[in-house]
Amino acid sequence: MKTSGAIPTGVSPLERVRAWARSHRIISVGSFVDLLNNRATSFITLMVLGIATGLPLLLYVVLVNVLNVTENFDGNPRVSIYLKKETVEKDIERFLKIVEEHPNTASLQYISPEEALIDFQSQSNFSDVLNSLSSNPLPALVELIPRHTESFELRAQINELEKYQEVDMVIADLAWIERLNGFISLAKSIVILLALMLGLGVLLILGNTVRLSIENRRHEIQVVKLVGGTDGFVRRPFLYLGFWYGLGGGILAWLLVHVCLLFLSGPVELIAQSYRNEYALIGLTFFESVSFVALSSILGLLGSALAVRKHLRASESTI
Amino acid sequence: MILFDNVSKRYPSGKEALSDVSFRIKSGEMAFLTGNSGAGKSTLLKLVMVLERATRGQVIVQDVNLSRIATKNISALRRNIGFVFQNHQLLFDRNVFENVALPLYIAGFQHREIGRRVRAALSKVGLNRREKAYPISLSGGEQQRVGIARAVVNRPPLLLADEPTGNLDPALSEEVMNLFLQFNQVGVTVLIASHNLELISRLKKRQIRLHEGRLL
Repeated sequence: MKTSGAIPTGVSPLERVRAWARSHRIISVGSFVDLLNNRATSFITLMVLGIATGLPLLLYVVLVNVLNVTENFDGNPRVSIYLKKETVEKDIERFLKIVEEHPNTASLQYISPEEALIDFQSQSNFSDVLNSLSSNPLPALVELIPRHTESFELRAQINELEKYQEVDMVIADLAWIERLNGFISLAKSIVILLALMLGLGVLLILGNTVRLSIENRRHEIQVVKLVGGTDGFVRRPFLYLGFWYGLGGGILAWLLVHVCLLFLSGPVELIAQSYRNEYALIGLTFFESVSFVALSSILGLLGSALAVRKHLRASESTI
Repeated sequence: MILFDNVSKRYPSGKEALSDVSFRIKSGEMAFLTGNSGAGKSTLLKLVMVLERATRGQVIVQDVNLSRIATKNISALRRNIGFVFQNHQLLFDRNVFENVALPLYIAGFQHREIGRRVRAALSKVGLNRREKAYPISLSGGEQQRVGIARAVVNRPPLLLADEPTGNLDPALSEEVMNLFLQFNQVGVTVLIASHNLELISRLKKRQIRLHEGRLL
């Protein structure tokens, strides 16, 4: 006994594919026109979505800028190696060679006691005091810029250096690097958490919007089902609705973030100037923008798919 | 075309709407389903449309056993059945043309073909000049005729109607009934639930009488 079939006369498989594509085109345009027709409501929903997705996006942009600043500014931790005063020239040269060949050494600078003295005299008010001394009190210094600044590797290198007899002491201020890295990873976690929470919010907002739309069109859904509309056919306009909302919300969020950046660029420039620096805020790259809007559209589609799944069954009661 | 074999339907509330109903309607036949309100006429039609499923027995429509039909195949079955409602069930935010075109649009017909078939169906029910009108601006009889045009636009081999003249005056009722007769004359199987006994008796067609869920 046949249980399927019932293809309308004169509709070939190829024509059915065309019909499917045509229906998608008509419904996608139709649901977009519906949005335009209910401008006031859809604009408010779009704004809510835009703000909800815009917040994590803005934080992300801020984070990108912070990372950029910390990379740019001379924040590489320097390791200062003070040599013992009695070390002779030959030992110093040998020691420099050893340090230079260490795999974790990016670069180094040797500052002899004489150079240090000149530097110190020019930068401080102690030149008179220094002149009155019979000998140079400053030690020879090696400024080392390590290749890896992760505290573990840096500490290993420092421990190694301290063992040489030429070395008086090694000073590296690791604490602030660790703190900075800590803050950055905290900020990253906050961005992810906020994105998750607000993403969930977007799903719920869209779910509710789509649910209301289903309520409003309950009669239409019932009639469509009675004249042979498939579940897919009934679902389609609502899925497109969610997609358009996601897309619109994403674009709005993008605009919002860039307006915020414009607004912030003035104060940031002032701060940068106070550090005798030039800094222009970075916005989102093209790839980031496209991925964000795509993500937001997918989220919209997902939200409406969940709502449709939940609420469409309920509206199928018979006439 | 339609075969009921010892069909019973009990609703979750416990009410037995149909009990041991058996009958057969042959292809091309026209029959009336009569009985008082609550006799089970609507339930019987719902079983044919798979809006409900039989508790016992078998319903076979167009060679498809409805007790075994998969949910995904129900919509395809419904596309082969035209259904006329007592209160016509038109969509009031769409004009006459769009209402009648709905089944064709769902079935995936091409734009040109849709226009051709909708106009043919509308001229059949005498409404070819009202295609741009909205249902709200039509009279009750006209609305019912739009409902009939929508039911036949897909040229289904089977046409069902649930009290199609329930809200119409005698003259309009006769007009609507004549439309069903015309469709039957071109080979469409027609089953109409109605308690307009006076009109039915004049048409001299087969009657399937229901009383408290049983065939008389």
